[in-house]
Amino acid sequence: MEALYAFCVGVLTASGVFLLLRGRTFPVVVGLTLLSYGVNLFLFATGRLNVSDAAVLGAGSNHSDPLPQALVLTAIVIGFAMTAFVVILAMRARGDLGNDHVDGRVPEIVLDSEERN
Amino acid sequence: MQHLIILSLILPLLGGLLMLLPPINVSRVRQRNFALALSAAAILISALLLQQAQQGVIGVYALGDWAAPFGIVLVADRLSTLMLMLTSVLAFCSLLYTFGPRNEDGSFFQPLLQFQILGINGAFMTGDLFNLFVFFEILLIASYGLLMFGGGKTRTRAGLHYVILNLAGSAIFLFALGILYGTLGTLNIADLAQKVQHLDPGEAPLVRAGGLMLLIVFGLKAAMLPLQFWLPAAYAASTPAVAALFAIMTKVGIYAILRVFTVIFGDAAGPLSHIAGAWLWPLGLMTILIGAIGVLASQDLRRLIANLIIVSVGTLLAVIALERENATAAALYYLLHSTLISAGLFLLADLIARQRGKVGDRLVPGRGLGQNRLLGALFFIGAIAVIGMPPLAGFVGKALMLSAASSVAEMSWLWPLVLGSSLVALITLSRAGSTLFWNLSGKPAEIVRANPVQLLAVVILLAMPLLLSVFAGPVTGMMAATAQQLHDVQGQIGSVLQPVTQMVEVK
Repeated sequence: MEALYAFCVGVLTASGVFLLLRGRTFPVVVGLTLLSYGVNLFLFATGRLNVSDAAVLGAGSNHSDPLPQALVLTAIVIGFAMTAFVVILAMRARGDLGNDHVDGRVPEIVLDSEERN
Repeated sequence: MQHLIILSLILPLLGGLLMLLPPINVSRVRQRNFALALSAAAILISALLLQQAQQGVIGVYALGDWAAPFGIVLVADRLSTLMLMLTSVLAFCSLLYTFGPRNEDGSFFQPLLQFQILGINGAFMTGDLFNLFVFFEILLIASYGLLMFGGGKTRTRAGLHYVILNLAGSAIFLFALGILYGTLGTLNIADLAQKVQHLDPGEAPLVRAGGLMLLIVFGLKAAMLPLQFWLPAAYAASTPAVAALFAIMTKVGIYAILRVFTVIFGDAAGPLSHIAGAWLWPLGLMTILIGAIGVLASQDLRRLIANLIIVSVGTLLAVIALERENATAAALYYLLHSTLISAGLFLLADLIARQRGKVGDRLVPGRGLGQNRLLGALFFIGAIAVIGMPPLAGFVGKALMLSAASSVAEMSWLWPLVLGSSLVALITLSRAGSTLFWNLSGKPAEIVRANPVQLLAVVILLAMPLLLSVFAGPVTGMMAATAQQLHDVQGQIGSVLQPVTQMVEVK
């Protein structure tokens, strides 16, 4: 289970970082979202992975660590708000700058290849 | 009186919320006056807290009365109250500047300013790393709004970069917190400092990775070398009052570096002590260099000041990297000075740009200013202070920092870069000043006079270096005590975790 979990976190993070490095705002926003999914899963695992442990103290002999759950909840809420903000900002940038590149201008190389096609 | 600590956060929070409600939100004037009253109260609270902390007691406020490692605590020690005071003074001056004419402030400007102050104050006061993350997010989301205020192409572009970079930074911050919690089992700064001393050697590399990831995040906030490219564009694009308040934002990063890498990974951390120094030293020095190049290449006054901020950040980081008490004290003195003077210069640049008409703050010959002599004199004082020439505080700060370098290796790297960057600033500011005030192509088309309230804000900020150098004796004494308290890791652990250790003993 640990290996599978670690694999998932790794793949989410790697995809997030890859998309974050793209030139257009939409992949960047998706990349940020994936990165925050990866982070949330990672934070969740810092309390160690346990199966069928009690969530409440006193309800069983083993109980899971409640703090990472609280941290993840906070991180999810903040991440959600930030994603909403960056989506609106990306749309605003598309309107203001006339294209959806993060630098606000279409790189010339891309233009060339489009012309060739 | 112990509730003063939380009051420094509640005041901007509730004040900002109240400003959105009917009796106050109906007119901008009412909002501004209310904000000014809030800001004056914040100065009073910070002054009281600073005065309490100067007696050497570390004030600890347990939120919800949950004791230290289990609950979140706010810590009011010498350093955090000092930064609180600096924020309050800066916020007051930025606020005064919004009293001028032709301001692009909508009805959400003042509340956002208060939320920004809430985030900054919280980041300075908190004694918990996850709470620090939360306050970082509060100050960031407020700063996104403030940066974009007024709209326009340059602001949107600068804002997009700033937001995306900081969101990626937040993700790294969370990874680092996860690693630290997973290995050390706590996120309270004092508790981390204690646990890291008894760390299993097998887990040391993980903690080291977590710690250095924190350095990346704080480096992004502080504008450390590979992460500083967002700063000139963002600061030059924002409205003047916002740019002045943003002068404290890089210092939030520097404060966090100072706190985490002195207390948690400080002298007592065993194999993990001083893990940041080896990175901070070269990166700080390179930041000075790249900042100086940026200063030389700047085409307009505000970008020039933004690049001067990068130079000052580099200087501070390099001196902090020495990780000694006297170096920290010198860095703190220079931090006060550089924050206040760069904020003052941003406001002054806007006054100059308004009087120059179409050319704005671009460094090209223009038609002359309505109040050439007055603004010229202010620019001269500001330039002297920011370059670090006697008799103002920049000189004292730089001299203290240079003398903090003790070994030949340290001197041979720090001295040429700090002095060289001062020379570059001297040359560039002389050139800028002569272009702005002497190289005139005619009389101004219309005489624009500076608004007296805005002028007052600039004068207060520019008078600070003078005050800091007149009272250099007491202030450096204060900084030495602050640095000493910061480096006394056991003392901090003792005062923050005190109630709990007693409980454990009873067991």
